[in-house]
Amino acid sequence: MSDAKNTTPSNGSPGDVDEIFVEHPFRQFVVMYMRNYAAVAGLFVFVLIVGAALFAPLILDLDPFEMVDAPLLRPGEGGHLLGTDNLGRDLFVAIIYGARVTMAVGGAAAGITLVIGLTIGAMAGYYRGWVDEVLMRITEFFQVLPPLLLAMVLVALFSPTLETVAIAIGVVSWTGVARLARAEFLRLREQEFVKAARSIGARDRRIIWLVIMPNALPPLIVNAALTVGIAILFEAALSFLGLSDPNVMSWGKLIGDNRDYLLDAPWTITFPGVAIFLTVLSMSLIGDGLTDAFNPKLRER
Amino acid sequence: MAETLLKVEDLAVEFDTRDGVAKVIDNLNIKLDAGETLGIVGESGCGKSMTALSIMGLVPIPPGRIAGGRILLDGEDLLEASEARMRQVRGNEISMIFQEPMTSLNPVYSIGNQIAETARLHEGLSRADAHQRALEMLVAVGIPAAEQRINEFPHQMSGGMRQRVMIAMALACQPRVLIADEPTTALDVTVQAQIFDLLNDLKDRTGTAIIMITHDMGAIAEMAQRVVVMYAGRIVEQADVDQILTDPRHPYTQGLIRCVPHLTQNPTVERPPLLEIPGVVPPLTHLGTGCPFAPRCQYADAQCRAEMPPSKPIDDDHAVACWLTERETAA
Amino acid sequence: MQFLTVVIRRSLYAFLLLLAVIVFNYTLLSMVPGDIAETIAGESGGASAELMAEIRRSYGLDQPFYVQLFGYVGRVLQGDLGSSYYFNVPVLDLILGRLGPTLLLVITALLLAIFTGTLFGVIAAQRPNGIFSHFITILALIGFSAPVFWTAFLLIILFVSMVQIMPLSGLADPLTESGTWQWYLDVAHHLILPVVSLSSIYLAQYSRLARASMMDILGSDYIRTARAKGLGQRVIIYKHALRNAVIPVITIAGLQFSHIFSGAVVIETVFSWPGLGTLAFESILRGDTPTIMGILFFSAFVVIVFNLLTDLAYRIVDPRIRHSGTA
Repeated sequence: MSDAKNTTPSNGSPGDVDEIFVEHPFRQFVVMYMRNYAAVAGLFVFVLIVGAALFAPLILDLDPFEMVDAPLLRPGEGGHLLGTDNLGRDLFVAIIYGARVTMAVGGAAAGITLVIGLTIGAMAGYYRGWVDEVLMRITEFFQVLPPLLLAMVLVALFSPTLETVAIAIGVVSWTGVARLARAEFLRLREQEFVKAARSIGARDRRIIWLVIMPNALPPLIVNAALTVGIAILFEAALSFLGLSDPNVMSWGKLIGDNRDYLLDAPWTITFPGVAIFLTVLSMSLIGDGLTDAFNPKLRER
Repeated sequence: MAETLLKVEDLAVEFDTRDGVAKVIDNLNIKLDAGETLGIVGESGCGKSMTALSIMGLVPIPPGRIAGGRILLDGEDLLEASEARMRQVRGNEISMIFQEPMTSLNPVYSIGNQIAETARLHEGLSRADAHQRALEMLVAVGIPAAEQRINEFPHQMSGGMRQRVMIAMALACQPRVLIADEPTTALDVTVQAQIFDLLNDLKDRTGTAIIMITHDMGAIAEMAQRVVVMYAGRIVEQADVDQILTDPRHPYTQGLIRCVPHLTQNPTVERPPLLEIPGVVPPLTHLGTGCPFAPRCQYADAQCRAEMPPSKPIDDDHAVACWLTERETAA
Repeated sequence: MQFLTVVIRRSLYAFLLLLAVIVFNYTLLSMVPGDIAETIAGESGGASAELMAEIRRSYGLDQPFYVQLFGYVGRVLQGDLGSSYYFNVPVLDLILGRLGPTLLLVITALLLAIFTGTLFGVIAAQRPNGIFSHFITILALIGFSAPVFWTAFLLIILFVSMVQIMPLSGLADPLTESGTWQWYLDVAHHLILPVVSLSSIYLAQYSRLARASMMDILGSDYIRTARAKGLGQRVIIYKHALRNAVIPVITIAGLQFSHIFSGAVVIETVFSWPGLGTLAFESILRGDTPTIMGILFFSAFVVIVFNLLTDLAYRIVDPRIRHSGTA
């Protein structure tokens, strides 16, 4: 990154760096990641949210849709940590349960995005020529359609289930991954070790997945973290607009359900939003940390 | 003897680096007479480009720092001058051209625009007059079909043509000093010769004094009247070009000349093998007290490693900083 | 001459892209399980028999697929996007009536993001480790992570509810007479919050991008040349560096236009802004499929036209591309 250009001395002494380079690559990776405090905080938040999503139903044996108290109680009132929403549902419980959907749909959508993007990008970059030409035209085509609008249309035309939502998000957001993967493959396919593999008669499929892909992974992994963040934002927007499964609690839906009470009960909007914000923020901080960990030399910014 | 135009006295420049303070220039003294060409030679990292930037007032501060000395242009100390005054000097009284013609021109403006900009800035010419000046300059530096090419953009020209444009830009306000920092290093050999001819020709016509910075003794032989040899931020030898080529005293100068094949005096006699100077320029943060060249010098002894040799004149206009010559002349 | 060839070639390509969008739309419709006439009508079993018959006839549903497709493409190219099931007026008229507010919102937000973002980046680049630089890094993180509708709601809480200086929603106060200067002023007032919320993401991204490219440029050889000419800092930055720093920002902005358009859909529903986004959202709730598909097509059309314009603008800013004649 051009940000790396810097003339001031680093805060770490040169001794530290030497020490790191003789260590095992994985330890070096962990050490470099841990040096980025923001990334460590991001990882912590992420683990916390995933933990809440996984285990909350075991601890908090409650129904997020249940009307437990009077509507629009302020945070703390009636023993509800974050208050209640317009239907008298406990916001804290709803947010904890919402994490499940957000994480599951966001994760699945990001997975679909990566599979489509990697396959198309890898093929375009590896085969070049007319394959590249065709696949890139398709990519450009998908870049022309406003992604959220297309996702809305897909969910509306088919059915508003979690599966449709995940697939719709995957279908509208793979173009960036494809471009990145293509660029990496175009670069790597000319490298000596790829030529070597080809010279001993390795098949294309083997070269693509076992020779080039592992080397293309670092930028793609960083991108995957951001992809999850973006997928979560898409899910939030769709469920905010009411285009998701109405029987499942999610953060976007919570905001959408309470939007008319914005001025009277701002907490019903603020807290679910904070949850989305923190989750996506943690993904992008993790992405930054991974960038540092993969490129120890680019550390100074 | 012509009058002295530019004089650098006891210049010292330091840089803060991760490994400590680097003395990139130390105790530098040079003078430039009106109308002459002074060559500054040395390997990369020896401080020759930094000398040029110091004269231009373009040392990046921080991390750089002018640690002492004076740079006198007609008696005016440029190190004391205000930034506003330095802007008047740059491009007007002292101009500079760079090593990389491919990247030294702004890609989004036409070359005519970039040359005219200098003239408008320093001489307050109108748009039309500045355009006319740019055209004249392009003709002067030998660009064919200048009327058409004046509206072209840098990416439409070859490296040699771009360097001509750089020269046209540098000379647009008839500066008294032109600093050429490795002007031909990035160019083809045949183009190099053309650029040398052009610079010599322009110098004869305009009387602009030239400071020619290079690592190439061949270029020095073509261009310079006097030569300064720098090593690790210090001057190790200075003399007339003939003396340097025929009678180099410092082992480093001798090494540089041995690196160039066609400069050997008598091709018929047995030629010494082409040599390179072993080793590299030491890190400027850890120079120690001795002669900086000592670690690479085949003649180095205990004194060389312990003490810095002073610059001693051994002849009219020929000075060397080496214990070896010091002892020879003393003996 | 060369420029003209490029314009023609790009326009032709844009047209083909548009054709592809139409084909895609129709394929999408026919992929929906169930009776396509019902899909187009928007309600299974709920539409009147006449409407169903009308749809079957006008879409030629008894014909083979490719004949139907050709018919559809032909109609769309003639500007016939069908009739809204809900309003019972031509979809195109409906869309054109809503286009103005959307373009006003999107273009204002985009220009704000590009100008402010570049300016922020330029200021930050001059002190790479200064407070402002750190501010931009943090701003970029926040801009990326905050859902756009949430940002909008926070702004409403702040500037409508707490400090009451902004209107809550709509294009203008319905009591102001349309066309008067007070009305324009009122529209501008109503525009502020939607524009700020929409541009916040991009503003943050462009600041970071401009900062990075500006730092690269300030270390480049031609900036050193400009200094050696005796130019002042301001001329160096705003004439020589800025124009180069804007190039990557324009490139990214062009690529992201469809995203900004998407963001507008959400922002419009938050602020009840009477544009295409609100129409799309309401049409989805009403099951008004012809209108939904019309908006999808028309949005792609706007994006394609905009990409074409960016491409040409790009050639004007960057002479290297102007002369290469490709891409």
